[in-house]
Amino acid sequence: MSSAAVTNNKGFGATLWDYLTTVDHKKLGVMYLFAGTLFFAIAGFEALLMRLQLMIPNNDFVSAGTFNELLTMHGTTMLFLAATPLLFGFMNAVVPLQIGARDVAFPFLNSLGFWLFFLGAIFLHLSFFLGGAPDAGWTNYASLALYSPGHGIDFYVLGLQISGAGTLISGINFIVTIITMRAPGMTFMRMPLFTWTTLITSALITFAFPPLTVGLFLMLVDRMFDANFFDHTMGGNTIIWEHLFWIFGHPEVYILVLPAFGLFSEIIPVFARKRLFGYSSMVFATILIGFLGFMVWAHHMFTTGLGATANAIFAVATMAIAVPTGMKVFNWIMTIWGGSVKVTVPMLYALGFIPSFVAGGVTGVMQAAAPLDYQLHDSYFIVAHFHYVIVGGIVTAIFGSMHFYWPIMFNRALSEKLGVWTFWIFFIGFHCTFFIQHFLGLMGMPRRVFTYQADQGWDLFNFISSIGAILMAIGVVLLVINIIITAKSKPLNCRDYWGDGRSLEWAIKTPVPFYNFKQTPLVRGYDPYWLEKHDGNKEGMIYAEPLGDIHMPNNSILPLVMSIGMFVAAFGALYHPDGKAWAIPVLILGLAITVGAMIVRSVKDDLGFHVHVEEIVATEEHLYGNGGNK
Amino acid sequence: MGHDTQFQAKSKKQYEYDRHHNAVHMRKQVVNFAIMIFLTFLAFAVVVADFSAYFIKPVILLLAGVQVVLQLYSFMHMDDKKASHMGVISTFVWFGAVIAFTMFLTFLTIIWW
Repeated sequence: MSSAAVTNNKGFGATLWDYLTTVDHKKLGVMYLFAGTLFFAIAGFEALLMRLQLMIPNNDFVSAGTFNELLTMHGTTMLFLAATPLLFGFMNAVVPLQIGARDVAFPFLNSLGFWLFFLGAIFLHLSFFLGGAPDAGWTNYASLALYSPGHGIDFYVLGLQISGAGTLISGINFIVTIITMRAPGMTFMRMPLFTWTTLITSALITFAFPPLTVGLFLMLVDRMFDANFFDHTMGGNTIIWEHLFWIFGHPEVYILVLPAFGLFSEIIPVFARKRLFGYSSMVFATILIGFLGFMVWAHHMFTTGLGATANAIFAVATMAIAVPTGMKVFNWIMTIWGGSVKVTVPMLYALGFIPSFVAGGVTGVMQAAAPLDYQLHDSYFIVAHFHYVIVGGIVTAIFGSMHFYWPIMFNRALSEKLGVWTFWIFFIGFHCTFFIQHFLGLMGMPRRVFTYQADQGWDLFNFISSIGAILMAIGVVLLVINIIITAKSKPLNCRDYWGDGRSLEWAIKTPVPFYNFKQTPLVRGYDPYWLEKHDGNKEGMIYAEPLGDIHMPNNSILPLVMSIGMFVAAFGALYHPDGKAWAIPVLILGLAITVGAMIVRSVKDDLGFHVHVEEIVATEEHLYGNGGNK
Repeated sequence: MGHDTQFQAKSKKQYEYDRHHNAVHMRKQVVNFAIMIFLTFLAFAVVVADFSAYFIKPVILLLAGVQVVLQLYSFMHMDDKKASHMGVISTFVWFGAVIAFTMFLTFLTIIWW
């Protein structure tokens, strides 16, 4: 392993094996990033097909059934399989560096989390080829889902169960990492904002995914073993699914948006070249959003008839979230205010993010007013609102951070020029697509319809919206082209690519060696790298320990084996209701593979290995030339 | 971090201190165990005594609540303030309890049949 890091000339097979078995947070970050981008592209393509269908009235580009599948898979994929892994990619790549750690707390589980997510996602997408995708919306309301013919919903339930387990594992991993593995001197109130939001997000994952797991499990037994949890004719209640789903689903929104907030809180101070304004209030606001995120789920269900009292309570609680969010927005503005702003591509995304996200937030508060929600519910206004939050908040964060962190993750820089083009095309396309949908909603166009009659005043607006979607698609294609071109560019081999880095991840020279910091850094305050630069320290950090042997974890193929076992078992469970003879044996075989791998993992001692001082020196010289990382 | 592990022989003082500490700890453990048994006995007793259901239900729930707290703080060592990250652990446990309670409340109040 350590010698492999020194010699670069590895064959294709060895490289593949390295990625299949890796437990390195940097490699897993890259894998999350590419897997997320793949599913982002698939889900984006589905969205494009939907917009093409809705471009003109009475269109028959796709059938009603296909449209239902497209909208379901678009939502499910974007939230669970694109946004979540893309953000996990940044968390993996950046957080251990930001806190001065060698890796995450449980590298093996980190790998397991990735493979469970990936195979769950593949399983879900196989539904397209195996008799039809899920078609009950990403919320999968039981009153629809229970009666959906074919296996679509079963794919949804089993696929999300598997990938959800992966997300839960990764969430717990990050909590432990951030709490226990900070470098000496990195107190809680010196942690960079992205680390803070990762911590809170991971906590939300830990608390929010179990209700989803329970809900999915009840749905599974309802559909496959004829239980009646959600069937009102048999004494069940379909509303229970809605509650379980939204108890998970609302925190899920914050699970996605909090890391995005964190990423912008890293980008803005660097390019405003000022300390983040109101650091402690930012931390407080993050915690408060995380807490309130659990107390508002019923605002998705105002129209189910919860009663006036419940509606009022949840309306007020929802509006309260605007307060900490507003604190954050003002803090970002105050950070930019009076700064010596450099408008690079990441900063462009940040500047675009603030007004877009605020627009999404304002419509959110409108919907929080329960009486108004009766008008807005299930209309295109809702679609416009959550796309403003998700595209305006999360996708801009992801694109901006790709540019921002590419130098650390790949030792190469994405083209600024192409990036500016991408930004404007995507940004204009985004507003073009979704701004007008507010008005479509107010004019009465319901969401999730596959077509509409002409001459209701919706034709022109739908056409404009579809043009915007095409612009967004062009933007994404430009970004992918940018990535491909960049892969061919010269390595940077530098420290602090943007010149104004503030937190620890910029103190390390790229390419980052597999053990990260050769000596654990000592943190003397908030923005440690900026402090050291300010004091004229050329090396960028002071060390908390002498150069010594480094203890690192071994690679392992077991996470992949365990995940494949779950993948196989899911097929057995899926086809069991069809009365296939092989279903139960396949289910047992899959579970046996997983349990067998777990037993191997438990019985076999894996104590990791030590990188000795001579090897560290050799690696540093190989990466950075004579003298190593100085 | 922590490249070498150091071994040190215990001094007599340390040995005696540890012995005393362990004895105190064990006494606490036994007392709490006795309390647990007693509370369980009470729960059974009110049922056997055939009191009104309006009395039995709240009493048993109250006893259960007390036992949960005892379990967490005594047998699962949440009272050990010196253990690392005890603040974080308590925060997570109680935050989880609050969330679970809101769900419980929801299912009892605003889901209609």
